Amino acid sequence: MGCNAERVAEVLRAGGATVAEHKAELIDLDRAIGDADHGENLDRGFAAVLAALDGGLPETPGAVLKVAATTLISKVGGAAGPLYGTAFLRAATTLGDASELDAAAVATGLRAALDGVVARGKAEVGDATMVDALAPAVEAAERAQADGGDPAAVLAAAAGAAKEGADSTVPLTARKGRASYLGERSVGHADPGATSTALVLGAFAEAAR
Amino acid sequence: MSGELVGLVVVSHSGRLADGVAEVAAQMAPDVTVTPAGGLPDGGVGTDFEAVLAAVTEAATGAGAVVLYDLGSAQMTAEMAVESLPEPDAAVIVDAPLVEGAIAAAVSAQGGGDRSAVADAARAAAGRPEVADTADAAGSGAAASSGAAADSGAAAASDGAAGARAEITLANEVGLHARPAALLARSIADLDADVRVSLGATDADAKSVFSLMSLTARKGDTVVVTATGAQAEDAVARVTALAERNFDE
Ligand SMILES: Nc1ncnc2c1ncn2[C@@H]1O[C@H](COP(=O)(O)OP(=O)(O)OP(=O)(O)O)[C@@H](O)[C@H]1O
Ligand SMILES: [Mg+2]
Repeated sequence: MGCNAERVAEVLRAGGATVAEHKAELIDLDRAIGDADHGENLDRGFAAVLAALDGGLPETPGAVLKVAATTLISKVGGAAGPLYGTAFLRAATTLGDASELDAAAVATGLRAALDGVVARGKAEVGDATMVDALAPAVEAAERAQADGGDPAAVLAAAAGAAKEGADSTVPLTARKGRASYLGERSVGHADPGATSTALVLGAFAEAAR
Repeated sequence: MSGELVGLVVVSHSGRLADGVAEVAAQMAPDVTVTPAGGLPDGGVGTDFEAVLAAVTEAATGAGAVVLYDLGSAQMTAEMAVESLPEPDAAVIVDAPLVEGAIAAAVSAQGGGDRSAVADAARAAAGRPEVADTADAAGSGAAASSGAAADSGAAAASDGAAGARAEITLANEVGLHARPAALLARSIADLDADVRVSLGATDADAKSVFSLMSLTARKGDTVVVTATGAQAEDAVARVTALAERNFDE
């Protein structure tokens, strides 16, 4: 039932495919309240992650996530770079050199990812950022794991909560990142980073089924 | 030489902006290495972790580096780069206005300031320059007591520390404009002395270029230089000598 390095790489590839597919949508969301580069940034980063994984598969899930982290940090070029990068890096570090991930490890990895994003960006729930998707996702994942869910169930719970969390940013005033310069004018728009977080987690969950 | 001075790194979303800020700051501080790290490798707008890491790594040798950034991901990218250094303490990231902060930091670094002094100089460039008004009780009290010691030229200040004072009538064309103000601040930056320059009711910290410029002292104005601290007399002597040379105009 556990996920080995190969499965984790597959899950990441699914995330990359989803980002590529929704690139234009993410760009449009970022055009409304930012600088129209979120889709471009993330797609550049995930394409590089996939290329890196094609070049050779590391041995452990943690090592796969670390390749993703360092590649995203180097290639994304916007706020999503340090934020997604730190998320993957913290998850990788927490998972150590385990060869397979069980449900508890998936939940722990997600928690570490959230802690990393918060440490890096200092955003709280309600600031209309990717934290609004990731924080409820982590809580849902932990509940699913406590209820005896397998890794796929944990990711499915995370994905569902992330989607709701992303939608919850629509009525909010952005308080972090570029959109915060708009103040009240950011109300009425979904946050691009929260939306991409929900999309990526959705793809992870789908691929893990 | 550059190894002994703190270096600066300017992190921006735009290559041209980073280059421009570095250019303007370097003009005020010929011996300080100011390294721009702006834009994406393809010339686009964004922040490039690898370029920032290379710049910070290069600048953080010797006396270390102070890093300034424009906004958003530039701060986060700078933080990640500094955390990746073999010695993260070698670089300090400051939250400061980019242009004014870079200039103030460059002048401080040129004067031999250490990392924390250079970082403080950048931060102090935020908001309005430090100008005391006579209406502010504390500021005017200090100014008045220095003024009372005037006639003796150099005298002990009320707290017992060494003090010195001089009156200078500005003869150079532009008065205490940017360049002369930078020269003045730089000339005393390494001295152990608290140096003030006042014009009428306003006074300025003589180690802060912006504070000096905010006096808007012009040709023909008479300013009062007061100093306290161990090297107070040296400080006043240097400022006087600089003014006598018409700020090398
Ligand atoms: N401080 C922060 N904390 C958490 N998330 C943030 C923060 N700043 C930005 N974000 C997230 O990043 C998303 C934007 O990512 P994007 O890649 O478009 O970066 P950007 O804002 O254009 O970057 P830059 O700061 O370089 O302009 C936002 O929608 C938000 O979810
Ligand atoms: Mg953007």
